[in-house]
Amino acid sequence: MATREEITSGLAEILEEVAGVNPDDVAEGKSFTDDLDVDSLSMVEVVVAAEEKFGVKIPDNEVQNLKTVGDAVSYIEANH
Amino acid sequence: MSNVDVVVTGLGATTPLGGDVASTWDAMLAGRSGVGRLTLEWADQLTVKIGAQLKVDPSEVIDRVRMRRLDRSEAIALIAAKQAWADAGLEEAGLDKERLAVSFGSGIGGALTLLNQDDILEESGQRKVSPHTVPMLMPNGPAAWVGIELQARAGVHAMASACATGAEAMSLGLDIIRSGRADVVVAGGTEAVIHPLPYAGFANMRAMSTRNDEPEKASRPWDKGRDGFVFGEGAGALVLERADHARARGAKIYARLAGAGITSDGFDIVQPDPECKGGARAMGKALLDAGLTGADIVHVNAHATSTPAGDMGEILGIKAAVGTHPVITSTKSMSGHLLGAAGALESIATILAIRDSVVPPTINLDDPDDKLDLDVAAHKARQLDIPAAMNNSFGFGGHNVALVFTRA
Repeated sequence: MATREEITSGLAEILEEVAGVNPDDVAEGKSFTDDLDVDSLSMVEVVVAAEEKFGVKIPDNEVQNLKTVGDAVSYIEANH
Repeated sequence: MSNVDVVVTGLGATTPLGGDVASTWDAMLAGRSGVGRLTLEWADQLTVKIGAQLKVDPSEVIDRVRMRRLDRSEAIALIAAKQAWADAGLEEAGLDKERLAVSFGSGIGGALTLLNQDDILEESGQRKVSPHTVPMLMPNGPAAWVGIELQARAGVHAMASACATGAEAMSLGLDIIRSGRADVVVAGGTEAVIHPLPYAGFANMRAMSTRNDEPEKASRPWDKGRDGFVFGEGAGALVLERADHARARGAKIYARLAGAGITSDGFDIVQPDPECKGGARAMGKALLDAGLTGADIVHVNAHATSTPAGDMGEILGIKAAVGTHPVITSTKSMSGHLLGAAGALESIATILAIRDSVVPPTINLDDPDDKLDLDVAAHKARQLDIPAAMNNSFGFGGHNVALVFTRA
């Protein structure tokens, strides 16, 4: 089982690769759209990459609930 | 003839000869070839193993994350358009973006994205297909990205007329400014489809040169040994501007786009009219539009792609519409054939020929076709005073476009 910190750091890697987000800016309280400037199409790429990295399924109707990095970490932690 | 004068105030390009206009033009005047053995491993499987690849890869200019959402043809359109825009100095001039339009086309469009994403779909399923696929492959993508980058608000147009696309983009830009719909148009063409499928398709039409062992000699318009065109990739862009607008802001003016002529053959989907009747009509219309006669045209940058049929037909067309006096050249002998970008790059070559009073050479014309009876600037650039010049572009489908540029 990955810790929350490990999941956050894994998401930071994905965000850097897909959207050019500085890993230092990635923290649980940050909003994907408002703070990290991840648009809807990049978010799709982030979700697909996260599914692969963490071995989870993130259905489309869940994605809209993942507003912050912390939301995504919690979902991945609970489902992987 | 229109009473609205349109001039060229900015140039941009990324080509097999250089990553910008200056390096491309230097290479042309030096008679360098941009053609080489393809550096892609699939080339070994095909009958054609040569091409004119970009001298500067777009990934050296545009950052990695941005490149993820740009088809290669879009990336290089942006590079060329931004160069032209910076060259024109219109951002500093505070141009009202509601007076700025874009006219930018591609012959084939985002085929690299289409084919690469199809591979991903076949191998890994829907989930792995990029959500950026559609805006990357849509044929209006390059024009749209240029419009977004420059915040053009007077309309963005994307035409597709195969190898006449770049020239048609200039013609439409001219119409837009003359009609009063915009003061400035960024016009250009882009093409980047060096991939085994288009290669196989063109090769199976027997349209491409198979001179694989001498790539730099493969593109040889009007030479007896010509055996087809050389596939190239690249983009070119012009900033077209209403002349009084340009003069009022003290802009540097390269040349005047004095006229354009467009016709269609109504003849065959790939074969050019053997007598170039449609091409000659386009040249005649361009002259009429410019208020000139054939006698005024000192130089023609010909379409001549190095195919057995097309090259000599165009000679008939030039003689019929312009005359036997112009000094002609085919810069495709050096750049290869940039398909939808050809008319844009060759417009740039024509404009710089006027500015610098020099005709760029047609290299590899070692053994001219017996029927070649026009004066070609063979092998070496030729000094020539050029008050007015013409650029021809013809495309599969029977599209013919002729442009007339004059000294401003």
